[in-house]
Amino acid sequence: MDNLSGMIMALQGAVSQGVLWGIMTLGLYITFKVLDYPDLTVDGTFALGGAVSAILIVKGMDPFLTLPFAVATGALAGTVTGVLNTKLKIPGILAGILSMIALYSINIRIMGKPNVALLGEATAVTRIMDVTGLSNSVISLLLGIVFAVAIIGLMYWFFGTEIGCAIRATGNNEYMVRALGASTDQMKILGLMISNGLVSLSGALVAQSQGYADVGMGTGTLVIGLASIIIGEVIFGRRFNFAYKLMSVVLGSAIYRMIIAIVLQLGLKSSDLKLLTAVIVAMALSIPVVKKMVAVR
Amino acid sequence: MLKLLKINKTFNAGTINEKKVLVDFDLHLKTEDFVTVIGGNGAGKSTMLNIIAGVHTSDAGSVVLDGQDITKDPEYIRAKHLGRVFQDPMMGTAANMGIEENLAMAFRRNRKRGLRWGITHEERALYGEKLKILELGLEARLKSKVGLLSGGQRQALTLLMATLQKPKLLLLDEHTAALDPKTARKVLEITEEIVTENKLTTLMVTHNMKDAIRYGNRLIMMNEGRIIYDVSGEEKKSLRVEDLLKKFESISEAGANDRMILA
Ligand SMILES: Nc1ncnc2c1ncn2[C@@H]1O[C@H](COP(=O)(O)OP(=O)(O)O)[C@@H](O)[C@H]1O
Ligand SMILES: [Mg+2]
Repeated sequence: MDNLSGMIMALQGAVSQGVLWGIMTLGLYITFKVLDYPDLTVDGTFALGGAVSAILIVKGMDPFLTLPFAVATGALAGTVTGVLNTKLKIPGILAGILSMIALYSINIRIMGKPNVALLGEATAVTRIMDVTGLSNSVISLLLGIVFAVAIIGLMYWFFGTEIGCAIRATGNNEYMVRALGASTDQMKILGLMISNGLVSLSGALVAQSQGYADVGMGTGTLVIGLASIIIGEVIFGRRFNFAYKLMSVVLGSAIYRMIIAIVLQLGLKSSDLKLLTAVIVAMALSIPVVKKMVAVR
Repeated sequence: MLKLLKINKTFNAGTINEKKVLVDFDLHLKTEDFVTVIGGNGAGKSTMLNIIAGVHTSDAGSVVLDGQDITKDPEYIRAKHLGRVFQDPMMGTAANMGIEENLAMAFRRNRKRGLRWGITHEERALYGEKLKILELGLEARLKSKVGLLSGGQRQALTLLMATLQKPKLLLLDEHTAALDPKTARKVLEITEEIVTENKLTTLMVTHNMKDAIRYGNRLIMMNEGRIIYDVSGEEKKSLRVEDLLKKFESISEAGANDRMILA
């Protein structure tokens, strides 16, 4: 009985963390799925969002007001990666790694130390707690849902516009896009900006929810995001329209956290999680190849 | 209309792979010219088109289109004036996007893209009409992903996309070479129809001498980065495949003689 209630508590926390991280996954969807660009900047940007938000809160800023700053700095980081890749012709993965490494130092500079605790500070979560009296994980979940729904709506609109269509086409066929009068460089930079802006927002919300920011909080973000996208696709299928796909990506993130919570309850150590995540992603990415091999035999 | 002035292009300059592709290359096209281009493999035909389109920049010389020097403009800026169809049917369209979405991208080739809807209702009606001209039944499949179409259908669609907004110059680079003969014929017929209807200035590279003679009002033959034969008007109309073959032989003989002298 104790075990069961422990499990339920853990799952509840997992879902709310999953939805907050799901905002990061939405950002990653833009680079990985729409632009077909595996962007490693996100490992640095996630922590950047946490760092910017946390330090501004400590300096006395309203916790909600810190969020636009997190988005803007994340977008700036995405721009740097984009310029390295498109204008300076550094290969995509390396451009992301360079930004990620640089952000490690920058994040420590921003915080003045490797981590900032928000104990006793007003965060978005404590603000709502004061008014409603709900628990941290319920508030985090509601906050996550509100942001995720709003962002899915915005993305659905944006990728239907002329510029959004050009970004989608860039991930599909760059030759065509240039021949049809759009700059693929601009489209990639714009996509990276929006993506990293969302990842940074997610980092800020996670920091406020957990009550601290840490320079290492973004480690593995790309792989976690990929795992979430893949889990979402496998469980909910590639059906219907863009909004459905985006929703399944957020749900994928929640399910990923639930899987993690369950294996932790079953006795795995938290330091084993990175291995587990890598295995999930490697297995999922190899599904098409394995399917082909099976079909050939 | 189009002027290529003393264009020089060398790939891998200064390495053992150095390849002079275009040498003091001059070409003038008049408005509404339909010029076919032939020449052996590696003669520099695609390079010439790519330098006009801005895919490659020339080492020297200038590209002037309609009185405007576009030598320094990047590819996507020049695209506002150019319609292009490539040899590879995969290159001209976005496979994961719908037929109408591809057309909508092409519809905005010479416009500034903003936050308006990527495709409007009026456009859909227009696309339906335009697709009917192709007689491939694509008008009933506006939402279908382009990846589901055959190579010939994709080339026909690319051709429609290239001319949806009237280009100042249409560049066709062996756009039927990857198709079976019957489909190639059909796509060429559509090409001529669209070019004539819209009075387009056109440069069409082909490996098929019959087609080079049958279509257009002027024919140029390229060899090792130079124009070695240039006919138009009545002279072109009376041209036979044998005449072109003789020309080819004479240059390869000249090449052989050079080699003998050198040896
Ligand atoms: N991007 C490139 N880099 C190096 N060499 C190239 C490149 N593009 C073309 N070439 C070389 O230039 C020559 C002319 O090529 P191309 O213009 O494609 O000929 P054609 O279209 O007449 O067959 C060929 O020898 C080819 O190998
Ligand atoms: Mg060629």
